[in-house]
Amino acid sequence: MSSPTGPATQGTFLGMPAVPPRSPYGTGHLRGERSFPRAAHDELGNGQLRRNLGKATHSIRAKRLAVTGELPDWEQLRDTGSAIKTDTMNRLPELLEQLERKVTERGGTVHWARDGVEANEIVTRLVRETGSDEVLKVKSMATQEIGLNEHLATQGIAALETDLAELIVQLADDRPSHILVPAIHRNREEIREIFLRHIPGVDPALDSDPARLAAAARAFLREKFMTTKVAVSGANFGIAETGTLAVVESEGNGRMCLTLPETLITVMGIEKVLPRFQDLEVFLQLLPRSSTGERMNPYTSLWTGVTPGDGPQEFHLVLLDNGRTAALADRIGRAALHCIRCSACLNVCPVYERTGGHAYGSTYPGPIGAVLTPQLAGMHGAKGDPNSSLPYASSLCGACFDACPVKIDIPSLLVELRHQHTEQSGTTAEKLAMKAAAAVMKRPGLFTAAQKAAGLGRVPAGRDGTLSRLPPPLNGWSDSRDTPAPPQQTFRSWFASAEGAAAMRAAAEEGARHTDDAPQEES
Amino acid sequence: MRIALFATCLGDTLFPEAVKSTAVLLARLGHDVVFPPQQTCCGQMHVNTGYQREPVPLVRNFAEQFGDPAIEAVVVPSGSCAGSVRHQHEIVAARYGDAALRAGVAAVRTKTYELSEFLVDVLDLTDVGAYFPHRVTYHPTCHSLRMLRVGEKPLRLLRAVEGIDLVELPEADACCGFGGTFAVKNAETSTAMLRDKMDHITGTGAAVCTAGDSSCLMHIGGGLSRIRSGTRTLHLAQILAATRTTPHVLTEAAR
Repeated sequence: MSSPTGPATQGTFLGMPAVPPRSPYGTGHLRGERSFPRAAHDELGNGQLRRNLGKATHSIRAKRLAVTGELPDWEQLRDTGSAIKTDTMNRLPELLEQLERKVTERGGTVHWARDGVEANEIVTRLVRETGSDEVLKVKSMATQEIGLNEHLATQGIAALETDLAELIVQLADDRPSHILVPAIHRNREEIREIFLRHIPGVDPALDSDPARLAAAARAFLREKFMTTKVAVSGANFGIAETGTLAVVESEGNGRMCLTLPETLITVMGIEKVLPRFQDLEVFLQLLPRSSTGERMNPYTSLWTGVTPGDGPQEFHLVLLDNGRTAALADRIGRAALHCIRCSACLNVCPVYERTGGHAYGSTYPGPIGAVLTPQLAGMHGAKGDPNSSLPYASSLCGACFDACPVKIDIPSLLVELRHQHTEQSGTTAEKLAMKAAAAVMKRPGLFTAAQKAAGLGRVPAGRDGTLSRLPPPLNGWSDSRDTPAPPQQTFRSWFASAEGAAAMRAAAEEGARHTDDAPQEES
Repeated sequence: MRIALFATCLGDTLFPEAVKSTAVLLARLGHDVVFPPQQTCCGQMHVNTGYQREPVPLVRNFAEQFGDPAIEAVVVPSGSCAGSVRHQHEIVAARYGDAALRAGVAAVRTKTYELSEFLVDVLDLTDVGAYFPHRVTYHPTCHSLRMLRVGEKPLRLLRAVEGIDLVELPEADACCGFGGTFAVKNAETSTAMLRDKMDHITGTGAAVCTAGDSSCLMHIGGGLSRIRSGTRTLHLAQILAATRTTPHVLTEAAR
């Protein structure tokens, strides 16, 4: 797919700062093929998915509330996390240069990737230099975002996911549907079939007992850990002060990948940098409690450059922009870069709970995905870009804001992105309707006349005073909801009428009598 | 106290009974209720759908209509419209307004209250002398709950109603799926949310589902009517306005 915006202009420098590029159109996994409502239509029809999602999101919600509620300083932790992120974004360039310096001092090599295409090329070259044609993968959102595995495959390099859920997704040639629980849409019977079909040498008598399924995956993966020379990981945090990288996980497979291979390549989004080592104190409390609902995740791996004789002897850090600088340039939208990928907002979102992650069409689903994806990859409103439907994939209920460990005001960001979308979209039927509505509502006389006209809605109403079918674009509404026909009298005409005045007088008198009977406190 | 009632465009046009009840209730509590007649709409639908230039005249009209210093409080029988005035008008004014509009918006937002906030926080009342001998369940609307943080206030008011059989709504804090134009743009997802909400409501056996927003009640009530559930919706104000002298007569709900 070619870019609808055309090539970036590379003319003479005229003193105007360039608009930072977004993730190139048609690359990576930051754009679905269909708009959210169309994709949601199919997902909503999947009863198995709905049941799995309902069960999983409800149980994680309860666990999260228990372990966040037990901390007396949880709200201060959230405030601190938010403040550290704000500080980080305010001086991102300096922090990244400091990180580069520190990693280099400790024997690592830092690479800068403007976008996913560059990052994929860098990783491919680094893997080739080792002579290996296979790599182990640690669960990583950033490498999914840029489609690294697919790119490596085209270059003859096989990438093997080692997180159990990611492995299931990969073996089934599927896409993850949840940041934290990528195979949330699969049940154990489906997983058994996937293993039987795709794991070489698996016992044909394998049943769907979770422990035996895990054992089958373990036997397969252990062999790979011992024989593969290169691993590619993401990073949860990168510490500018020390050059330390951090990965948190539950299974220990990440630890194997981070320690056993000879070469480690880490792809990290530039927003994952933290200023000080001490900042981990805050984020290692916020992240596991918000994501898995655990006080502490089972495995936290920290490494700094290369340690002679211990672990990978070659370390590369690929710093990925891919639209992050463009997001940073947005005074309001940049708050989405504070995200630590905990997935708490997914688990509390009533929309995500019904549609699942695939409907968002992006590596980043749910409420945070709906604000992050359009900022990284753009939403070319006039071109029917599926990303332009994402900011509308929310009822603005606000549950995500309350759950976010770094207090990202996602509902306000959604409203802001909706505004950016309407500003980009030129003249649409909706915009004309909104203009017309505002034109009527700003003139009280016209508004009153329109209310009278609305009273004509009583004509097609049924005997029970409701309208059961409305014309497009309201037909989706009327498919499952009756609408009351406008009553004969508006409030304003009642209030101005003799009847209204009498009712208000009677109410005042009743109140006065009541006050005489039983005196009430009142200001 | 001199109270100006903001009826909201939806309340004024489609749900006048909820607004009448608000007016009657405040009058019964001894207050001077006025209705600035040039009021129209707060512009929430515009802002939430992504339009911030278009509602500037609406924001200006609101600030002008309710700016009169003789008005001590503006009471709104809607959590989301009160939220719009308190949180969104300043965004619109900051981006597309002039200094006068910004000042007007700032002055009026601090005296604007959703009904339950006004009764509990400003008037310091929980027992408003209401009588409503029916089984009721309460749905806390999202903007009341998470934008205005009204918390338990509506429930405290309901618990003090004489004769009421107040039953807890399971998963009460889950969104009903309305979300303004969300229910049109993402009608199927909205319907899936509505269905779960209706299951919880009908499971309580309540005769009435109440809330502080006519918009969410229009959504829930529209669904309950379509499935002929036998449960009807009433605005919180309609329950609080009912007394032994002037009781609320329940209409027949669709079955």
